[in-house]
Amino acid sequence: MIDLRTNSLVQLTLWRTREFLREPEAIFWVFAFPVLLAFALGLAFQARGAETVRVAVQRGNGHGDVDAALRAAPNIEPVVLDSGDAQRRLRSGRVAMVVTAGDPVTLRYDSTRAESELARAVVVNALEEAAGRRDVVSIRDVRVRERGARYIDFLIPGLLGLNIMGTGLWGVGFGIVKTRQQRLLKRCIASPMRKSQYLMAQMLARLVFLVLEVTAVIAFGLLVFQVPLRGSVITLTLVVFLGAVTFAGFGLLVASRARTIEGVSGLMNVVMVPMWIGSGVFFAYSHFPDPMQPFLKALPLTALNDALRAVMLDGAAATSLVWMLGNLTLWAIASFVLALRLFRWQ
Amino acid sequence: MNDAAISCSGLVKRYGIVTAVAGLDLDVRRGECFGLLGPNGAGKTTTIEMIQGILAPDEGTIEVLGMNWSTDERALRERIGTQLQETKLPEKLKVEEVVTLFRSFYKHGSQVEEVLETVGLVEKREAFVVNLSGGQRQRLAVACALVCSPDLLFLDEPTTGLDPQARHALWNVVETFRRGGGTTLLTTHYMEEAEQLCDRVAIIDHGKIIALGSPSRLIASLGAEQVVEFALENGTPMPADTMERLPGVQRVTHDDQRTRLTVSTVHATVPALMKFLEDRGAVLSELTTHHATLEDVFLALTGRHLRDD
Repeated sequence: MIDLRTNSLVQLTLWRTREFLREPEAIFWVFAFPVLLAFALGLAFQARGAETVRVAVQRGNGHGDVDAALRAAPNIEPVVLDSGDAQRRLRSGRVAMVVTAGDPVTLRYDSTRAESELARAVVVNALEEAAGRRDVVSIRDVRVRERGARYIDFLIPGLLGLNIMGTGLWGVGFGIVKTRQQRLLKRCIASPMRKSQYLMAQMLARLVFLVLEVTAVIAFGLLVFQVPLRGSVITLTLVVFLGAVTFAGFGLLVASRARTIEGVSGLMNVVMVPMWIGSGVFFAYSHFPDPMQPFLKALPLTALNDALRAVMLDGAAATSLVWMLGNLTLWAIASFVLALRLFRWQ
Repeated sequence: MNDAAISCSGLVKRYGIVTAVAGLDLDVRRGECFGLLGPNGAGKTTTIEMIQGILAPDEGTIEVLGMNWSTDERALRERIGTQLQETKLPEKLKVEEVVTLFRSFYKHGSQVEEVLETVGLVEKREAFVVNLSGGQRQRLAVACALVCSPDLLFLDEPTTGLDPQARHALWNVVETFRRGGGTTLLTTHYMEEAEQLCDRVAIIDHGKIIALGSPSRLIASLGAEQVVEFALENGTPMPADTMERLPGVQRVTHDDQRTRLTVSTVHATVPALMKFLEDRGAVLSELTTHHATLEDVFLALTGRHLRDD
């Protein structure tokens, strides 16, 4: 039985934990912020009914027929406008397309816009149907909406990964730099305190919060948006733990030399911003050009997010996550080794 | 050699082109309270941190409690208590939590309650560090130094910035430690502190010891124990005649607008001085006398004041 009052590892961990729990701002950023962000994004990208396409019909010869044909289609909302007005609305994105009657019918649209392709397909379909087209293939629609395929399902694991990265860097990095700035690190090494225990305590305190923050985000996703957790809790724990250790290593690394909070904040941004964008937190990293893919896949947050999504959404087992877990392990080892080499105690 | 708590010779520490400590020899006996006295930037902190094994000297040897930092670091750290300059203890922790934290670093030591009692913080045990006054924080820092029941206590400017009452409270703590047989090495730029607490004092300037001895012996080395200080009305020229012939005067120094006479007999010197000035048409704007202090010793040795203020 260890005596908690005289065990230095316990006391060092308590120090860090108490400091964190007594800092209301930290509580907000770690627990409330990801939940609020998930809530806001979840609402904004909520699944809606089938999309309605707005198009302008240019006033002129035969515009009445075109307008009637489009109005007959269920998912098109046409509006008849003069040429100038129609162009302005197209430019500002309030209509997806300007249709001008004639032979041929002219469709004016910006092909780089996401909604243009859909608009073209439904408009052409409506015009042809009105002109008496006969369908050569008969189609039956079966509409499904599956948990796990919605944007919120994509988002929650991404936010979880983002949070694990952020709190790892912040929690470990800020704590150490603040302690160094206050000359407390120096005071500690003037005592027989074991340096390894100090660093270990930063990690342990980090893991205490980790359990709380991961539970908060997953429970929120499950209760409010029914985001599934299909894989085993044990596999999820393994992924989360490895991710947390890796980013705690990064926290240690950014804090190894920095003397001021400003200095370490800058370093943290250098580490985090590329991964916010490139690691598939808010949108899939497959949107980036092919030559960039190997680099994006090598980033630790990419590996963590991929692993979290595989476990939560696809129910993947640990054995199918070898690449991602291996990636995280390598980053963890590299950051720790480098951090310990660079670390300055005073 | 066995009665030396600290023994160093030829200590040198350079920071780039600046030499902070320039060849310093020092012996502190067991059971004494030893003071390093000097102005800001004299090299006091660098010296005390080298002795504590926090900074490595560029040259020289250090022996503490008969051991060396290179071979006996862990054993040594168990036996020294430290208060560093400008350390901010964790503000979000409570007093008792901080002392318990530091206690956990040591194999042996005192009960947390005992140490809080010694420094007079028992009533504040549940208070957050952030809510403590400056004096209470310093006493807490000293509590963290005492919690290992050290043989040797290091205090780096323990009372800088404290009001007189808080300063006296801290002095009491140091005196209690000394009565228990502990050895103390402290730095200060307050002469009263050195005079009050220290058995012996080393006066440091520009990284070197320029005087060493008990406070009373250093003061006695001035040859006289009183100081008469005066200034003249603006525009009154200082008489050219020497004042050293006046009765009881040992030494005459001028600085800024003031003249200081180190004297052995104030009652003989002052009337003679008044007459001397009157004869020469000089008009006094100020006249004070005080017992000679270490400040006067420093002034006599360097021509400068200990403190800039």
